[in-house]
Amino acid sequence: MQADHSNRRAVGVVLVVCVVCAALVTTAVVLLRPVQQANRLLDRQTNVLAAAGLLQPGKSVEELSRQLEPRLLDLTTGEFVQAEDIDHFDARRAARNPTQSIALTPEQDIAQIRRRANSARIYLVRDAAGAIKTIVLPVHGYGLWSQLYGFLAVKRDGNTVVGLSFYEHAETPGLGGKVDDPKWKGLWPGKQLYDEAWRPAIRLVKGPVNRQSPEAQYQVDALSGATLTTRGIEDLLRFWLGPDGFGPFLAKMRKEG
Amino acid sequence: MVSDAKSRQARDALLGPLFDRNPITHYVLGICIALAVTASLQTTLIMCMAVIAVLCGSNTIISAMRHQIPSSVRIIVQITVIASLVIVVDQFIKAYAYDLSKSLSVFVGLIITNCIILGRVEAFAMKNPPWLSFLDGLGNGLGYSLVLIIVATVRELLGSGTLLGYTVLPSAYEGGWYLPNGMMLLPPSAFFIIGLLIWAANSFRSGRK
Repeated sequence: MQADHSNRRAVGVVLVVCVVCAALVTTAVVLLRPVQQANRLLDRQTNVLAAAGLLQPGKSVEELSRQLEPRLLDLTTGEFVQAEDIDHFDARRAARNPTQSIALTPEQDIAQIRRRANSARIYLVRDAAGAIKTIVLPVHGYGLWSQLYGFLAVKRDGNTVVGLSFYEHAETPGLGGKVDDPKWKGLWPGKQLYDEAWRPAIRLVKGPVNRQSPEAQYQVDALSGATLTTRGIEDLLRFWLGPDGFGPFLAKMRKEG
Repeated sequence: MVSDAKSRQARDALLGPLFDRNPITHYVLGICIALAVTASLQTTLIMCMAVIAVLCGSNTIISAMRHQIPSSVRIIVQITVIASLVIVVDQFIKAYAYDLSKSLSVFVGLIITNCIILGRVEAFAMKNPPWLSFLDGLGNGLGYSLVLIIVATVRELLGSGTLLGYTVLPSAYEGGWYLPNGMMLLPPSAFFIIGLLIWAANSFRSGRK
């Protein structure tokens, strides 16, 4: 009888504790979710602007974002497609959905992303005359520990880098995490992505890039102490610049001049 | 006399864990987080605040309900309370310190498995009244933070030449004279620094005896 009673009491106490704790956690998650969501969107948007070189101190991200024109792109054809609700397009969800994505063969999958969504949301920045000035492309791929998600901004020629910025990764802080280092990011603008035959040519090389060398326009310093993160970035750029990434779209842009 | 003994007890609960019974240098607890987050001072400070909040909260809550908890399921109850507090703290960090939460990633969640917290709850809060348990939590949290901040200061200074992101030693990569010690950014370096701290604390303690 005694043991029975104490068992019932134990179960009772545990149940009460669980219900109270569950209520506490749920309340916190639900109440704070809008703030967190806003943080995430703001962070991503900040990175789009950073890649496009549009960030200005003292101006709000919202204000600066008006210069960005989001467009949905069919990656296979390289054509723009109509999107009803482009702000809510979620490339990661699309990549999980078999009807909205393709599986990559191991030979294709140099960026180690397994599946690629059929469409991508890119951003166009126009100059005062309304002509396209900069194109911001979302890129991602596997580094050492994690998928790195970022944006690559290129000029109208589809070849000259404007900027590269990652907004989500879990690389080693201080080593691979240096992808967030403003000084390293500052090495990218002006680099050329493709060689004369329009093959992806951008490379990350050890040690300071020799500025005299004719190859320097395709070369960026690797991250010291982070060989695998560096390789991951090179691979993801090769993938997204290649035929399964934005290759067809960029080729079309070039043809249109 | 009674209130005298009480205030001495309170002072001991708060200050004891700072030096004499420091959770890291004396009990060697909570090393996992100490290795993971101390590469930069800023993430360390946020981590310390999170640990202090969880320690104070769980100690106080468990102490308040210590007479209701059947001893057969006490660890389950303790872990449930601790885990809930950690999730709440993690949500707050994600909401109000988003940039830092990105660099802390999984380590806030790992506070749940930090032995200091379960250790204090089980060893202290189960036997003492809430106010005293709160002070014990605060003391242990501060003692833990003290060690973490020392380790982070050494690591960030020698590993990146900066403190809280501000350049102190201009690094050779940027045209300065200091060649950053990359090993300081890797977790094992925290082992060496903590080892030296434990050695210093022990020799200080034995010298006093």
